[in-house]
Amino acid sequence: MQSNQLTESGQLRHFLTIEGLKRPLLTEIMDRAEQFSSISHRQVKKVPLLRGKTIINLFFENSTRTRSTFELAAKRLSADVMNFNISTSATSKGESLLDTLHNLEAMHTDMFVVRHDQSGAAEFIAQHVAPHVSVINAGDGCHAHPTQAMLDMFTIRRHKQDFANLRVAIIGDLLHSRVARSQIQALATLGVGEIRVIGPQTLLPRDSHTLGVHVYHDMASGLKDVDVIITLRLQLERMQGALLPSAREYFRCYGLTEEKLKYAKPDAIVMHPGPINRGVEIASSVADGPQSVILEQVTHGIAIRMAVMSMALASQSEQAEIE
Amino acid sequence: MTMPKTTAEIDSLLEEMAETIREELADKDPLLVGIHTGGVWVAKALQKILGEDFFDAPLGTLNIAYYRDDFTRIGMHPQVSPSDLPFEVDNRHLVLVDDIFYSGRTTRAALNEIFDYGRPASVTLAVLIERDGRELPIRPDIVGASVILPRNQHLKLRNKDGLQLEIRAAGAPYAE
Repeated sequence: MQSNQLTESGQLRHFLTIEGLKRPLLTEIMDRAEQFSSISHRQVKKVPLLRGKTIINLFFENSTRTRSTFELAAKRLSADVMNFNISTSATSKGESLLDTLHNLEAMHTDMFVVRHDQSGAAEFIAQHVAPHVSVINAGDGCHAHPTQAMLDMFTIRRHKQDFANLRVAIIGDLLHSRVARSQIQALATLGVGEIRVIGPQTLLPRDSHTLGVHVYHDMASGLKDVDVIITLRLQLERMQGALLPSAREYFRCYGLTEEKLKYAKPDAIVMHPGPINRGVEIASSVADGPQSVILEQVTHGIAIRMAVMSMALASQSEQAEIE
Repeated sequence: MTMPKTTAEIDSLLEEMAETIREELADKDPLLVGIHTGGVWVAKALQKILGEDFFDAPLGTLNIAYYRDDFTRIGMHPQVSPSDLPFEVDNRHLVLVDDIFYSGRTTRAALNEIFDYGRPASVTLAVLIERDGRELPIRPDIVGASVILPRNQHLKLRNKDGLQLEIRAAGAPYAE
């Protein structure tokens, strides 16, 4: 089911998935993030835009980077933030989720930032919140992680400007990756020239070819002349059964080493959504090397999340004005 | 006074304003800050009259969109360039410039933003036009012209081969 993440006038009300969003909206998110990123360099790293708004980080799954950058983004906008880390195993999921939600709503919350290990959780919550509440998806199961995709697009744009002429390769465990799914949708929407996915057959979705991407099973041909390399984390905790012989074997074939990096263009940038498994999907010398923009991605996460949160809450103001 | 509209009329107001700034601030190494978008145009014009060396640093610009008091009523404002103060404001004398002073709310927002950058020694507010309708205990120090306009009329500074002022009735579109 596709919930309505846009208002009638086409503004963001929720941010659940990249799917279905148009290029001008993605560009607006990046443009706003560009403006917000200057705030981090001030003496007072804060603007009063969302003063008095209450934002709850509802994390049903562990996260360090995403949760802390969402928290920091909300604080830079002067919102009040609460963090809830909730274990999903305790009670039956559907019921506890709605109960939790209604309790938190009763505290006059304006926005939920939701991470959950079940695909569709954020969407489900968006369908059940009161009309004045916005929901941001901070990662749901294997489905989507739209703010991660946008901070990646923002990082690419900072280094490469024009999307149309780019060749972007995503390496690794695409089957379990909500990040890759959202990235591919964003790259396609922004009109990237060529999107490649590289990985063993067992870790690529069976419908890869329908995503409009070129599929490669070896690094030499997959990385040839690419401008952007996105390595994905080998999601050991998500893997069921024997999809891979071993992490060492994976590193030999698909780990990004200095040697394999040479197949790409000399000015190619190397990205990773984190946390990185050194020596599994990426060599330390590459992760820490001159072409790596991995830590920049983290920094950009704050500005992108500021943009998305302020845009969603602004559309709520517009709604209120109309009513 | 009658409404100045033409580029020539506005230029002579700017000359007078620049002279007052020179008299009051010449010995204070002042810094210049314009409020987007019209205030930046006025600030640039003043800078040109006063000369490159009058101010101690390049022009600073403020985009007060994130400091406005109407977010919960009307949401995000259209995108303009972000604020950029290319100097330390601590213990400095600032000249804050806007095109039209009306309710005082823009100035309130700009002052709040300036104080997030540091603690200036003083802020002098210079505006091209002051119109009646103040809603806050804030008033400009240096004024090009003071005018009285009916509530339903809006005043807008344009920048097309020089600065011009345009009056329109509420709801009517601006001529492009």
